[in-house]
Amino acid sequence: MNEAFQPILPGLILGLPLLGAVLNGIGAFAWRDSKTIPSLVGPLTVLAAFAIGVANLLAMRAVMPHEPALVPLWTWMRSGELDISVMLMFDQLSLLMTLVVTGVGGIIHVYSVGYMRDDPGYSRYFAYLNLFIFFMLILVLSANYPLMFVGWEGVGLCSYLLIGFWYENREYSDAGKKAFIVNRIGDFGFLVAMFLLFSTFGTLDMPAIFREAPERLLADGALVTAITLFLFLGCVGKSAQIPLYVWLPDAMAGPTPVSALIHAATMVTAGVYLVARSGVLFALAPVSQAVVASVGAATALLAATIALQQFDIKKVLAYSTISQLGYMFVAVGIGAYTAGIFHLMTHAFFKALLFLGAGAVIHAVHDAWAATGAHGDPNDMRNHGGLRRLMPVTGTTMWIGTLAIAGVIPFAGFFSKDEIIWQAGVRGYAVLWALALVVALLTAGYMTRLMVMTFHGENRSGEGAGSHLHEVGAVMWMPLAILAALSVVGGWVQIPDALPLPHVDLLHSWLEPVFEPALLVAAGVAGQHGEASHTAPLGGGEALWAALSTTLAVIVILLVYRGLAARRYRPAAEAAEPTGFRAVLYHKWYVDELYDRLVVRPLLALWRGCWRIVDDRIIDGTVNGLAGVARLAGWTGSQLQSGRVATYLLVFMIGALIILGSLAF
Amino acid sequence: MNAGYLADLALVLSAVLFAIGVGGVLVRRNAIIVFMCVELMLNAVNLSLVTFSRLHGIDGQIIVFFVISVAAAEAAVGLALILAIFRHYETVDLEAFRRLRW
Amino acid sequence: MTDFLFFLFSAMAVLSAIFMVMQSNPVASVLYLVVTFFSLSGLFVILDAHFIAAVQVIVYAGAIMVLFLFVIMLLNLGSAEVGDLRRGLSQLLAGSVAVALVAVFARLFLVETDPAVPEASALDPLLEAQGAVAAVAEPLFTRYLVAFEVTSVLLLVAVVGAVVLARRRAP
Repeated sequence: MNEAFQPILPGLILGLPLLGAVLNGIGAFAWRDSKTIPSLVGPLTVLAAFAIGVANLLAMRAVMPHEPALVPLWTWMRSGELDISVMLMFDQLSLLMTLVVTGVGGIIHVYSVGYMRDDPGYSRYFAYLNLFIFFMLILVLSANYPLMFVGWEGVGLCSYLLIGFWYENREYSDAGKKAFIVNRIGDFGFLVAMFLLFSTFGTLDMPAIFREAPERLLADGALVTAITLFLFLGCVGKSAQIPLYVWLPDAMAGPTPVSALIHAATMVTAGVYLVARSGVLFALAPVSQAVVASVGAATALLAATIALQQFDIKKVLAYSTISQLGYMFVAVGIGAYTAGIFHLMTHAFFKALLFLGAGAVIHAVHDAWAATGAHGDPNDMRNHGGLRRLMPVTGTTMWIGTLAIAGVIPFAGFFSKDEIIWQAGVRGYAVLWALALVVALLTAGYMTRLMVMTFHGENRSGEGAGSHLHEVGAVMWMPLAILAALSVVGGWVQIPDALPLPHVDLLHSWLEPVFEPALLVAAGVAGQHGEASHTAPLGGGEALWAALSTTLAVIVILLVYRGLAARRYRPAAEAAEPTGFRAVLYHKWYVDELYDRLVVRPLLALWRGCWRIVDDRIIDGTVNGLAGVARLAGWTGSQLQSGRVATYLLVFMIGALIILGSLAF
Repeated sequence: MNAGYLADLALVLSAVLFAIGVGGVLVRRNAIIVFMCVELMLNAVNLSLVTFSRLHGIDGQIIVFFVISVAAAEAAVGLALILAIFRHYETVDLEAFRRLRW
Repeated sequence: MTDFLFFLFSAMAVLSAIFMVMQSNPVASVLYLVVTFFSLSGLFVILDAHFIAAVQVIVYAGAIMVLFLFVIMLLNLGSAEVGDLRRGLSQLLAGSVAVALVAVFARLFLVETDPAVPEASALDPLLEAQGAVAAVAEPLFTRYLVAFEVTSVLLLVAVVGAVVLARRRAP
């Protein structure tokens, strides 16, 4: 490619959301009561950034560069060998991520205008939201690891601010802290990985590292394995994988659009992006790849089982996100980077849709209860039921989202999920392949359960609530409709030719320049699975298994629907505690309790010991002791200060004698 | 008498007078007497200066002149101080002045 | 004759100084000190410092000691403060310090004799040429003029200070 790609208005993509954040931040103090300004500034800045992103996409399509376009802005720090500049990197991957972040993020902003309408912290909310988008864009557009870390920490900060948005509630602000602290464990990994990278390469610029990595690093060596595992530790924290996934379900404490933003457009996808971006490094470390894929598969299965027995509609979706992120890690772990990014993209569509739909339901129930004076948890699905007739748009669009996440043809999720399953199959990871298939069916199960409990059967919202329940306003259902459309067509950018459908190959060819080096390295490293087979572990081609999985998903949906539609749930207040294995799932395999026993309590005991003994006794004792010594010395000295002139004179004379004597003798 | 011998005697005399002044400062409690002892010490030093002046030139006497002027100033201020202190304490006993501490 | 006068004045100076320190009546102390100053004045004459001797009598014995007397009488210290002499350890300490001082000075002044010390007074030619007063006055108003003027300011400050300090404050 002779013609170089020039990014269009690169600074504005970042600058607009930042401007929005600043304006809204000022607005939170200056025009506290005005809803108009934040309503315009918040969504429009993000959507404008999206428009610039589209323009860049078209420009890049025309050129299809093989090298990323670098936009140096200024030097950040320079010290000895270390030279870090604020530099943006535009290539096919970062641009795609930019579009997902600003596009889905922008839709969520629009939806928030309706959802947060009556909140006193309206302007503050949009300031955080814009800031979130800004940091996520830094994360995906940075050309070196430290700048990426800025974005990485920034989204952590914003998630803390937004999860604890209703900070008057102790539980909510605790959830914010939990997210922040758990993320910090992962950040430690990221930092260590950066140190290792710098000591190896002497630079932290991604293009340079990826260019030199195959020569500098021994394939399958300890160093590259350590680097990638530490990087993955960061991903585990940020993307909520085993064992650090516990923060994500609690993150539901924030406003529902925030959950949508965290789960779909920003934050959790950062880990997948990091692994895909560092594909060259991971390709050099098969052990780390195996770890990534295994953790992903285990997380997918665990979270899917937990989701089966949750009653909080947002918790179900949260565990569903964790599960789907597991899929993505399976994909990037086995080296199918495009499949991982593909699923990331389609997941952004339908998960945003599902969360916003859940938000609409919660909003409607909340409003109805405000009218009837009833109390309870508007998130609890046992208090929903039969909303299909009352909220037709929400019900329909959420069904589309459910079919998409369940992997039913021709919805978006089918194509991305099928590709991951198929790639796992042909690359010979039989266990992962089988797990992925099972999780796909579990996904269909718990999502159908959610839909049935929320939208079908009888309404359980209490006396008189039915007459107050109604569809949400246009500013809220329009985003649902757009996302529903995307959830249908979003998968059509990549249709394998094995299926009896028109062959489409937009995504693979688009991302090919980015992942080419990683795939070349992988091919060089691995003789063991160099030749991809063309059949699944149990035999059969892609078309057969795709048909089988979609058929099974449909069967599961129908079975669950038939099984649950007839069942009569009781409202949450009257419901009995689940028993047996259901209780285990309901209590999320008791993982939180396990962490509490194994980590939190020993640490608390240790810190308490440190406080009582090390701090109180040793440190404070030393300080107080020194002060005591000083006081004693002062007291001793002060005894000389008798105030008697005669004593002073005597001492003075003796001193003079000593001086004169030393001269004389 | 030999000039060097005379000078030696005068210097010893000045040392003795100075030592008597020091002893007086240390043994007396009456502030005025202590003050007078200080004057005696000044005079002892004047004697040394005059003696050296005889050996080395006129400048010693000039310095004595200045010492006497400063002693006069010091006597005026010092006595005024004693007066002020006496008004406050109704005594000039040094043992009563114990405020020279924090 | 000069030798005799020297020893006489020396003895008078030392003895009256000791009496000054040991005398319990302040007025008597002042008078002993006046005697000491007169003796010193005589010694100054023997040591060729005629002008200084005159100043000694006028300023010290005349002015300063009268000031002391005035203050003592003003405060009516007469015999009320009798017996302010410290006893015991204080006297021992004071004596020791005094003896040690004499020893140190004697060592400083006497042991290293300057061989250049002349037989007669170094001032003789000067005094012969100018006379006692002019010999002192000439450098005082030329080389030491600045110091001289500063001294006058110092005296002024002392006068003002004394007035301020001794002024009776409003009760």
